[in-house]
Amino acid sequence: MLRQRISEIAANNRMALGAFGFLALLMLAFIVLQPSLFLRPDIYMAVFVSLPIFVIMTVPLVFIIVSGEIDLSFPSVIGVSAWVFALSARSGVPPFFAFLLALFVGAAAGLFNGILITRLRLSSLVSTLGMNFLLRGLINIGTQGNGISLTSVASTTFAQVLVGKIDRFPIQMMWAVAFTVFGWLLFNKHSFGMHIRCIGDNTDSSREMGIKVERTKTAAYVFIGLCSAVAGVWSTLINQTFYPTTGDGYLLQVLAAVFVGGTPTWGGIGTIAGAFIGACTIGTIETGVVAVGLTGFFTQFFYGLIIVLSLAGHRFNRGKSKF
Amino acid sequence: MPFLECKNLSKMFGNVAAVSGVDIQVSKGEIVGLLGDNGAGKSTLIGMIAGIYRPDSGKILINGHEVEKWDVPTARAMGIETVFQDRALVEQQSISTNIFMGREIRGTLGFVNLKRQKGESEKLIRDIGLTSRLIAPGTSVLTLSGGERQGVSIARALYFKAEIVIMDEPTTALSLTESEKVFDFIRRIKQEGLSCIFISHNIYHSYDVSDRFVVMDRGKLAYTCSKEETTAELLIKHMQRLAKGEVAAQ
Repeated sequence: MLRQRISEIAANNRMALGAFGFLALLMLAFIVLQPSLFLRPDIYMAVFVSLPIFVIMTVPLVFIIVSGEIDLSFPSVIGVSAWVFALSARSGVPPFFAFLLALFVGAAAGLFNGILITRLRLSSLVSTLGMNFLLRGLINIGTQGNGISLTSVASTTFAQVLVGKIDRFPIQMMWAVAFTVFGWLLFNKHSFGMHIRCIGDNTDSSREMGIKVERTKTAAYVFIGLCSAVAGVWSTLINQTFYPTTGDGYLLQVLAAVFVGGTPTWGGIGTIAGAFIGACTIGTIETGVVAVGLTGFFTQFFYGLIIVLSLAGHRFNRGKSKF
Repeated sequence: MPFLECKNLSKMFGNVAAVSGVDIQVSKGEIVGLLGDNGAGKSTLIGMIAGIYRPDSGKILINGHEVEKWDVPTARAMGIETVFQDRALVEQQSISTNIFMGREIRGTLGFVNLKRQKGESEKLIRDIGLTSRLIAPGTSVLTLSGGERQGVSIARALYFKAEIVIMDEPTTALSLTESEKVFDFIRRIKQEGLSCIFISHNIYHSYDVSDRFVVMDRGKLAYTCSKEETTAELLIKHMQRLAKGEVAAQ
């Protein structure tokens, strides 16, 4: 009975287990190459500072990709939410309320994306690409390239709750794990996640069965907008500064984390546990590559190598079946 | 009094009158064979009855009462379930997800009672004769045969206590054995006292299971008769004459 249950769990989580196997191999390689660093907690504490930003973006992007769409605008939504947070906090708004404002901006950007895609029926690839440029352009025009220092906010209780440390452990990593559990429940046990999977699997069938396709997709964009806002605030609090480039550079890495995690490109199926593992894989590469003694010039090469190898691994793992 | 009565239903797509002034009635326990060539308007008519298309004119009555706002949830609430030509399945998902899609058994805060859904699906798939030990509620629909997929689609209609099951070309692309399974499902629907609108290109298939026939031609009602009044061969002849334009629709 227990054996049957274990094999059932293994079959249901094949993609995530594959991703975990790959991460384990990667970590093993790092440990073998640089045991003095990778057998000590310090390097993991450093990774855990910024890894949560990958996690909080990878999980909602799974919902979007499983629904059969894409979002290329989240880096700029991260930026614009962080900007609103920094502007309000600097002008004396209590950090918690500044955070609420950032969430509002993130949700509004998501809603706008959702309307473009579901009501105006624009391609999500092109419209979110446009939004990415549009919002980044707005930040550049508004800031004229100048950052906003927020050192005074760093010592507040709000900042300590969001990005403080317990002993040396960054609190945001605990939030990221809790968020992954929430995302997993939403994706696997909630009607929202089920509808997302059904829509990505077959939109016409979902509509025929009474699923509100437009509303559900829009909700997924609002969800990723909210998560982008949290990522933006995290990033600003960690750096104690808002940079006009906040969010830039996450696009390809977060997308890669989704696919390295085992979610396929064609929609209908995906894995949240895998997304978390994919984020850990991608989030570790840069630190790992530098820590084993290579220069930063090698980072992109290893990103590419690991993405291609892990996708080939998933293909092999899926065997002859389509998924 | 018929359970379902459609009066003067019409639907235009652009300049094309897909359905024009069609009346159709279905009584309890009756199986109506809806026949017609490609483009006759059969799928548009059932699309209106299922609530997918909004009629341009006409009305739909249930037990003699006109229903004002007619859409998919209303049609379902009135007991009209549709087994679509494309089967309306999500193939990468489990049988259980397919049965409850859009009408999940929900608990607190919208979370789905997966255990109950699994239990109900288990009973249902055994009930409709999907008895293979390899088929379980968690089985992906992608692994099922065409007949078994149609079975899942029909099981969904049965679970939600349909009064009328509309079946749009349920035997298309199925083998003889699989088609026979579908006919077993339809006979079962009749045994349970439910009604069915059975749409098929194959007149022999339709003749086998239907009590009454409604023939459509170019968006209009062309001919209606009971099984006692006709034979499959007569129906074929009549449809051939319609196609040649020797007789006209009403």
